[in-house]
Amino acid sequence: MRIFFSLAYQHIIVASRSGYALLAVAFLFMVSTLLPFGVGADLLLLRKIAPGLLWVVLLIALLLSLEHLFHSDRDDGSLDQIFLLPIAPELAIAAKILGHFIAIVVPLLLAIPIAGLLLNVQFSTLPILGLSMVAGAPALTLLGALGAALSVSVRRGALLTVLIVMPFYVPIVIIGTVAAPGISLIILASMSVATCLLVPFAIIAALRDI
Amino acid sequence: MLKRLEIYANPYRFMRLSARLTSGLWLASLVLLAIGLYKVAHVPPDYQQGTLVRILFVHVPSAWMATFIYSFIFVATISALVLRHPLAHVAARAAAAIGAVFTLITLITGALWGQPAWGVWWVWDARLSSVLVLFFVYLGYMALWAAIEDEARAARAAAILAIAGFINIPIVKFSVDWWNTLHQPASLMRLDTPALDDAFLYPLLWMAAAFMVLFAALLLTRMQMLVLRQKTQQQINRGQDYV
Repeated sequence: MRIFFSLAYQHIIVASRSGYALLAVAFLFMVSTLLPFGVGADLLLLRKIAPGLLWVVLLIALLLSLEHLFHSDRDDGSLDQIFLLPIAPELAIAAKILGHFIAIVVPLLLAIPIAGLLLNVQFSTLPILGLSMVAGAPALTLLGALGAALSVSVRRGALLTVLIVMPFYVPIVIIGTVAAPGISLIILASMSVATCLLVPFAIIAALRDI
Repeated sequence: MLKRLEIYANPYRFMRLSARLTSGLWLASLVLLAIGLYKVAHVPPDYQQGTLVRILFVHVPSAWMATFIYSFIFVATISALVLRHPLAHVAARAAAAIGAVFTLITLITGALWGQPAWGVWWVWDARLSSVLVLFFVYLGYMALWAAIEDEARAARAAAILAIAGFINIPIVKFSVDWWNTLHQPASLMRLDTPALDDAFLYPLLWMAAAFMVLFAALLLTRMQMLVLRQKTQQQINRGQDYV
């Protein structure tokens, strides 16, 4: 367990030193600034579609950050080291993803309310929207990590990752924006738990012998 | 049964057998298609939709094929992982493009049918969205195969994606069911008698049989092509080693 947390901690340190979280948050704000120009001057229309836009912005920022997760580790050879650790490689990869979640996804989630202001989101809907994003973000991260692991041996695989992962994001976005908040929160949380349990095994199967 | 399948694990035996089968399958599929189309041409027009209803005989069988081929890929992948059947990966890879085309045919004929019948080309309804997602899953699967050069590595990655995608399909279906639905529910695959008149049912079944045999012919042809490509690649690699 000590190894698990030190791995996660190490990943957080590396990610925060690279300033990647700042980049991701800046990206999120940039896109949220761009969207109102695209929609036009209709503030009421913007308010209506803001939750959906926020989901899509979060999703794209998250997907773009995922290239960072395995590629550099693979290039310097530290990805092979996880098979030599005294803990199960599935746990080691889970620690890495946890580190990524804390270092990059949590800042993104914290930036969402402010981005929501830019998109004129209704204040009363913000808590529910935020909660459902918090409930769904682990599933988004883990599924994205699976896509990144599958395309890790491909040079410049970011686009391929997007193509692979998008179909898996569809149900999460649908449930996240559905009108019944109570049930959708439960479903999103259970999806997150299920992916937490299943995806590390799939990632290890994908990374073995690479 | 397993022993008998193992005989065809040898690519040379497979090539010999499939070479004998393909021409017969192609012929059979053409004959079945001709019969099916003849029957479709003689279907009485629907009392509401008129002659428009004939789209059904392409739309519904290709939708069946789209889902059937994905299940085929899933089963082939599982048997590749469990039985280590060397041709199972090839079968899964060969089926993907065919499945994608059938899915695309389903989407296009659906749009052509939806425009006059519903007044819209496309709605974000449960059935339509999940078929579109299925199409994207096919595309991702094919892109993954194409992107990874090393054959064994590509097979492993594609296998994981195929299994994960198979779990995803019912989830998508379930999640989009929360929206309002315009597409009608299944009228054939249900417990009581089919909600389709015999005059429509039999041409539909002929077309479905024709599509199924067509799939088999396409699959064997594509598998032969992939095996030949593998062999050529091996020979090229060996040539490079000598030089």
